[in-house]
Amino acid sequence: MIHQPLDFEKPIYELEKKIEEFRQLSASEGIDLSDEIARLEKKVKKLREETFSNLSAWKIVQLSRHPERPYTYDYIYLISNEFVEIHGDRRFKDDTAIVSGIGLLNDQRVVFIGEQKGRGSKDRVLRNFGMPHPEGYRKAMRAMDIAQKFGIPIVTFIDTPGAYPGIGAEERGQAEAISESILKLAGITVPTIGCIIGEGSSGGALAIGLVDKMFILEYAVYSVISPEGCAAILWKDQSKAPQAADALKMTADDLKRMGIADEILKEPAGGAHNDPKSMAQTIKEALISALAELKSIPADELVKNRYSRYRSMGQFREIGK
Amino acid sequence: MPLFGSDSKTKSSLDGLWLKCNNCGEIVYKKEVDKNLKVCPKCNYHFRMSAKEWIDILIDQNTFHELWDNIESIDPLDFKDRSRYRDKLKEAQKQAGVNDAVVTGYGTLNDMFINIGIFDFNFMGGSMGSVVGEKITRLIEKAAQEESNLLIVTSSGGARMQEGIFSLVQMAKTNAALSRLKKNKTLYLALLTDPTTGGVAASFASVADIIIAEPKALIGFAGPRVISDTIGQKLPEGFQRAEFLLEHGMIDMVIERKVIKKTITQIIRLLGNTEKKLTAS
Repeated sequence: MIHQPLDFEKPIYELEKKIEEFRQLSASEGIDLSDEIARLEKKVKKLREETFSNLSAWKIVQLSRHPERPYTYDYIYLISNEFVEIHGDRRFKDDTAIVSGIGLLNDQRVVFIGEQKGRGSKDRVLRNFGMPHPEGYRKAMRAMDIAQKFGIPIVTFIDTPGAYPGIGAEERGQAEAISESILKLAGITVPTIGCIIGEGSSGGALAIGLVDKMFILEYAVYSVISPEGCAAILWKDQSKAPQAADALKMTADDLKRMGIADEILKEPAGGAHNDPKSMAQTIKEALISALAELKSIPADELVKNRYSRYRSMGQFREIGK
Repeated sequence: MPLFGSDSKTKSSLDGLWLKCNNCGEIVYKKEVDKNLKVCPKCNYHFRMSAKEWIDILIDQNTFHELWDNIESIDPLDFKDRSRYRDKLKEAQKQAGVNDAVVTGYGTLNDMFINIGIFDFNFMGGSMGSVVGEKITRLIEKAAQEESNLLIVTSSGGARMQEGIFSLVQMAKTNAALSRLKKNKTLYLALLTDPTTGGVAASFASVADIIIAEPKALIGFAGPRVISDTIGQKLPEGFQRAEFLLEHGMIDMVIERKVIKKTITQIIRLLGNTEKKLTAS
């Protein structure tokens, strides 16, 4: 069960808490409450279905940032048999907001790169809330080089509020690091798969998001700017974030429709945080089938297809044509 | 995507006979500023220039051929905040006199062929949406195919939020085109002018073969207001200015406007394609 419910999850949380209390009571006192528990379980299931059947973009944004949502590490450990993490950019430091390394997916080698948020206040600060500095992207590029050298496919997990806007980040070339990372992914000759697992925000997300195939979880988002940032600039009022979330068309459904994401991975009832293991299994299956598909394509064709994919993104009209 | 905030010195009243310098505050005679390539004669402040003014400075007279000026935004998200994006577009077209925030084409620079893209900050803060991304990509592809010279003059607050994710992926599209250009001897020069931030900074602007910047130009990933809000501190003097980037190794040179054409000429002579003729295009 969840422990830190969002506002709209609270009625579900209360019911779940009650069920838990009944369970403990029946165990400790030996009272048979199974009928009551079954009734409540039915009720909570229905309530969850109702709550999640028609979520607003703003609620989805909140789910994508849920404090209990599984993060990059969770998925790497749940889906790979082995994982060797690499550290540091060999220039300045090890940025813990990006995790990368070599893992085994069943029997296939995969280079994982992902943004990592922390859980709990101490860990959150340590991971800089999932906001990488340039050295994070430079570490990611080291991982890409390893993938290229040893012919290993790349899987990226996207989950960041954005690249960090700070003095050190600017001094050390945040813009250059992001740009080089995008450039490297464009030219790499191994298969690349992206998976937006939570919050995909801005250039910090795109830096590891130029890929052959892009998955997005049902309650993940991908946007050029956060709804709060957009509301502050365009509405001059941060409280208009829910409207901005609608206007930006940033949900999985929107992205699939617009051809930015290829496939939506359905989340367990109530969202990935209700059942990380089953979510991980869904991701694992999707990755394995995408890998099989991409591995069969010759390298030069793979790069060419990737080029066409991004070449065609954008909407405009040519007058007189 | 951090967009350049309204705290910038965006507009100066260049309409009357006299104007007040954004930097030193001196009242200067407009004609004198114009004659001085829009640089303040008192303090050397470089005023922002329109795409057309850049063409006049950089490209040999009567050699500029504009390309793809018929590409227009279609408001892909049907975006509306307090007003409609499509209305803002119309207004910007009228006010800036260009179809979108970048003008692309080719011509000669001291008799050497060059493909050039110039941002116009007057058009919605030089922001990059589908139209800008498409035009820049076509320009890169053209240069790569011809192995001819490429110059992009940037002035942009970043991605155009009103086009949502389509604006973000233009960074991927333009950089994918640049990854092809890496495979041949096409010279790619970037001239960063005030301001160059956000999605433009974090894509093609920061990965050119040679990066030139104008004095005092604001260059960075995040806008200064976003940074000071995040860290809760005032930013140090000169932070994110061209000279700061030079000191930190992020750009190759800071060049004054009066010698910019000479500098670019020199670089093309040393690294670029000096064979290609204008008629061949």
